[in-house]
This record gives sequence, structure tokens and C-alpha cells, in this order.
Amino acid sequence: MTNETLTDAETRDLRALAGVMIPASITYGVPGADDPLIFDEILRNLERDTADTRTALRHLAELSGGAFADLAPDRRAEVSARFKQEGGAPLFSLNRVVLLCYYRDDRVMRSLGQEPRPPFPKGHVVEQGDWSLLDPVRQRAPMWRRA
Amino acid sequence: MLDKVDVLIIGSGASGAAVAWSLADTKMRILCLEQGDWVKPTDYPTNGRNWEARLFSDFAINPNRRARETDYPINDANSPVKVVNFNGVGGSTIMYTAHYPRLHPSDFRVKTLDGVAEDWPVDYQTLEPYFAENDRMMGVAGLAGDPAYPLHHPPMPPLPLGKSGQRFGKALNSLGWHWWPSDSAIATVEYDGRAPCINLGHCTPGCAQGAKASTDITYWPAAIRAGVELRTRARVREITTDETGMATGAIYYDAEGQEHFQPAEMVIVACNGVGTPRLLLNSVSGRFPNGIANSSGLVGKNLMFHPFALTYGYVDEPLDGNHGPPLNLWSQEFYETDRSRGFVRGYTLQLHRGTGSIVEAITSTAAGRLPWGEDHHKVYRSLLNRRLAMSTITEDLPEEHNRVTLDPVLKDSNGIPAPKIDYTIGENTRKMMEHGIARSKEILTAAGATGFGVEAPIMNGGWHLMGTARMGTDPERSVVNEWGRSHDVKNLFIVDGSIWVTSGGVNPTSTIQALALYIADNIKQRLANATLFD
Repeated sequence: MTNETLTDAETRDLRALAGVMIPASITYGVPGADDPLIFDEILRNLERDTADTRTALRHLAELSGGAFADLAPDRRAEVSARFKQEGGAPLFSLNRVVLLCYYRDDRVMRSLGQEPRPPFPKGHVVEQGDWSLLDPVRQRAPMWRRA
Repeated sequence: MLDKVDVLIIGSGASGAAVAWSLADTKMRILCLEQGDWVKPTDYPTNGRNWEARLFSDFAINPNRRARETDYPINDANSPVKVVNFNGVGGSTIMYTAHYPRLHPSDFRVKTLDGVAEDWPVDYQTLEPYFAENDRMMGVAGLAGDPAYPLHHPPMPPLPLGKSGQRFGKALNSLGWHWWPSDSAIATVEYDGRAPCINLGHCTPGCAQGAKASTDITYWPAAIRAGVELRTRARVREITTDETGMATGAIYYDAEGQEHFQPAEMVIVACNGVGTPRLLLNSVSGRFPNGIANSSGLVGKNLMFHPFALTYGYVDEPLDGNHGPPLNLWSQEFYETDRSRGFVRGYTLQLHRGTGSIVEAITSTAAGRLPWGEDHHKVYRSLLNRRLAMSTITEDLPEEHNRVTLDPVLKDSNGIPAPKIDYTIGENTRKMMEHGIARSKEILTAAGATGFGVEAPIMNGGWHLMGTARMGTDPERSVVNEWGRSHDVKNLFIVDGSIWVTSGGVNPTSTIQALALYIADNIKQRLANATLFD
């Protein structure tokens, strides 16, 4: 797969890394961040973070001694642990894009008990709560200083 | 050349809108130049599924990240607190929380009461009618009777407590500490054509419901109906003057980059505590080689930010998450000076609701709390909607080395020199932050939270921009006089947060707007008796 900003090799590594960051889970019934729909969304949303993502992926390739995606599972875990420690701001940007796309996927949102919809126009309900909790504060003397 | 106007206002945000509306009843020809656009309600992020993602792109609070055509860059490399703002009709009221406290009476008398900084040349009592008028125009929700303030009556009932508010209330009661529903510029009932809040939960980057009071939907419709002209995509480069030292108007660029000269009888600057000194410093002439209105040398100096400390923990049951306005309560237990604490002045504790699901994931990953791999899902579910957070908003005292200057290299898309920020957090403020973090942990513990996290200062927390063209009666120690007029240029006024003498320890928008209305009233009175330019 190729897109207009990442090379094929970078795209493969990014997908492999996304799957390490958030793997699919049978327990929770959710896909991983390397799921095709989610990963397409990630590629479409790199935008302002493209340069940082490419910097991070170059660093990942250096740590891998080649393509991260070609590493065996044990070695991937080892490299990704080190990358997480050393990746700095570029990795933070990359990770943010992965999270931004993963946690708005319908399947993921439903597994969290959330409605997959925008907040507007339906909004949300917030309970008024027990206003008698304020009674002790109402009884306080003025606290502000006269000036 | 364009037709001359009586009043030229530069900037359409909190203060520019208020002063435009107030002056409209003079029937003068009033024009406001705004570098940004109108924002349509349908443009706001909560209309779409990517609403949280847009916090990091076209609705990012940091203009360097947002980088719209209508934004200008800011060199903030030499500051631990980054400037955040919005450029458009409504200014930064488009992207504020609408948390809406007033300054307290003591905030205007810090020298007299505590021996620090300077007293203001106005006081709370003088501003009180303007606070009330502004509350009515903006539409403020709250509850009368807060013992931390002189009695006032917000026109709408307060925001709901919700689950997090009740947790906080019980915790603060157990400690015997003050808390109260905050004044919020958010409609909780139908108000002046605005629909009530439906708890979209994403107030900062604009309210699609129109419940949040940004000035594009409060002051501006009324001002425009009264005859004020608002010209968008008009980026002012400099204020011009004549041989007598009076302002003659401003040079600006339109959306196509064409330069225009707009003549005016008087100029009112309302560009915020960074944009205003930038404009004044860029307005250089033979008479004003160091920038207009700068004979004191104080333009750009004494920048104050309100450094914030965020403290949070997690409870064992789901709360409201991000549903509802993010700030609905405050505690001012530690607001007034108590020297036994090791610092003077004080701070407000803002009590938060939770965060959105994606922001929770991002911040918890950054904090090292949310792992990669198999455990990711389990840990995430233990965090989601369980965050209980509070911010310490500290009073920032004026220090001249904290300043806005012009960057020698960085320019905006029209080639206008960009602002450069040099800022360090003062020792008094640092002690205040540490005190606030410690008290926050006590409150969170009482509320049953564990797993504390702290961000101090909040890096993208430069919401409040104050002090860079301060008011005063001494022309050698201030930029504008006690009613907002430049000491040096008698038809030039400043009405935004840059005229603040000290910062207080609360969000400033309410007081900025009350001051703007007060200055507008002074202009009107002096127009009536022909003493405005004396």
C-alpha cells in the first residue's frame, strides 16, 4: 500500500507498529490499530503530523536494523520497547494519530459502551446532583477581603 | 483612500466587541477590523465524528499548531507556557471554556494590602455596574451567595453538578473548604435567542449549540444592528500618526494581501496581551521610534499568564467523562493572602469534569500510564471516564523581564514581524503552584481518587494574556491612563487584557469586558463634554 506521504516501507512499518501499540483483543472484542479500516483512517489523518511520523519511522527502522515489519515477534517487542523509551516528540505525534483514529472507530466505541455519533445535535444528559451539598458553604461568613 | 470613520476598533474579541456595542449608541461611524473570519456553528468540531481529533488540527488552541491563514506565528521557544488564542470574529471567546469569574475587590489593591506590584487605578466597586451589564449581555449562569465574592446575581441558574461535582462537593465539605458553582458564560436556559446547553462537552473549541457566549453571538449581533461595521480578513500592520502625534488610522492587509489605509478620528486597540504590544511595537515612526504609546518603555513588558497546575486522579466508578462543560465549580479557599503559606496573593482551584475518550488515551500514554500491547485495553478501561481533575490557577505577579517583543526573523503571511515571548515563572508563583498541587491531592484523596498525575505548568496554558500595556496614573510607569487612553497619544485607547496591572488568580474574560465597558462609558462622557482628547 502506498499513499502520497509515506513510502511503502514506512507504511508497512507504521502498520506493524500500530498493531504492537494496540493489538486486537478477543477478550474485549475489538480490532487492533492495524485493522484495515482503522489503519486507512490513520494514513488519511497524518496531516500536520506527517513530518514527525516520518522522523519517528526512520528512528524505528534504525533501531530495527531494517524493516520493523519484517522482524520476528520477539524482536519486534524488544525494538518497540526501546523505541517507546527513545522516540521522543516524533513518536508522541505518531502515537497520537493512532489513538485519534482508533478510539473513534465504531466497533471500538461500542465496546466501550459509547454511541458512535458526534456530540451535536443530540448532546448528553448530566444529572443536576444534590444541591443540598452546598448548605455548609452557604453558612460561611464572607471570605473576600474588603479593599 | 477609504472613508474616514469616527472610531476604529482593532480586534473583535472579548473587549473589542464590548466596546463596539457600548459606543454604538453614540451614533458615531464605528468600524472594527478583524484579521480572522466569522466561524459558522456548522464548522465547530462537535458536528462531526472527528471532534476530538480537531483539537489537534484546525481547532487546536495553540496558533502555531493550528496554523490557519488567519493566524499569526508566535515565537514561544523561550517560555514554559505557550500562548493560546483564536483569531476570528469573537477572538479567543470562540475557544475559551466560558469559565467566568470576576476579579475580587482585593485584586485591585495588591500594593496596599500585600505590598507587592501596584494598585490598579480603578476598583471593584467602580466596575460593579459594568460587571452586571456584561453578565446580562454575555448571559451568565451561576448562583448568588458565594461567600468568596461580594453578592451578585447571575441571570441564569448554574451548570449541573453532575457526578464529578458531587464527588468534589462531598470531598471539600469533609475538609471544611470552600467550593461553589462557577459563574459560566453558558446558557443553562433559553436566553436572548440562544438555546440552552445540551452538554456537548467540548466547549473550548466552539459551541455548535450556541449556548456558550462567544462575542460573535452576543455583542456583535447587537452592535451590528446598531450600525457598527465589522470588516473581516483585515490584518492591521500598524497604527499611523500625524505630525502632532495623534493617531490618524491604521494600515491593514485584506484577504488578498492588498494594503489599505483606514483613516479614523480615534483608534481603539483590542488585540489581547500579545497582539496589542505586537501592534504597538510595529507602529514605529520618527516621533515614536520605539513603538507608539511607548514613552514609558513598558509596552510588551510585565507579561502575565496565570500559570496553571493540573492535578488529577482516578476513582473506582464511571463519572461524567467529558459530558457537560469542562469547568463548573471553583474553590477559593486559598485565594486571599495568608503569609503563613510562604507566598503572597493566592489561587483558585478549578474543579473539572473528565476528558473525552481520545484525550484520555493520549494524555495517559504521554504520562506512561497506558501501555502498548496486550494490557492496553484492560488499563484503558480502568481509566476511561474515571478521571477527577482540578487546576490551580495562580496569580502571576508582574515582572518586567517577562515580555513580548518583535521577533527579528519570524513574520506572518503578510510579512509583519511576529511576537516573541520571553517568560519565566516567578518564585512566588512557583510556591503557589506547589501549594495548590498539595491541596489538590488532599481534595482528590478525600474524593476517593488514587493514581495521581500532575502537569505543572500546563504547557499549552497561556490562555490569559495580561499586563503588556498596563494602566496607571503615572505616565512613566504605565502605558494608558485610568480610563484606557494612551498617555502619549490622546486619541488612542487600549481595552484588552494588556492594560491589567496585576493578574488576580481567576480567568480574566469577565473583568476584561467589564473594563472595556467602563472605558467606553468614559469615552462617551468625555465626548459629551468635549474633553475626550484634552
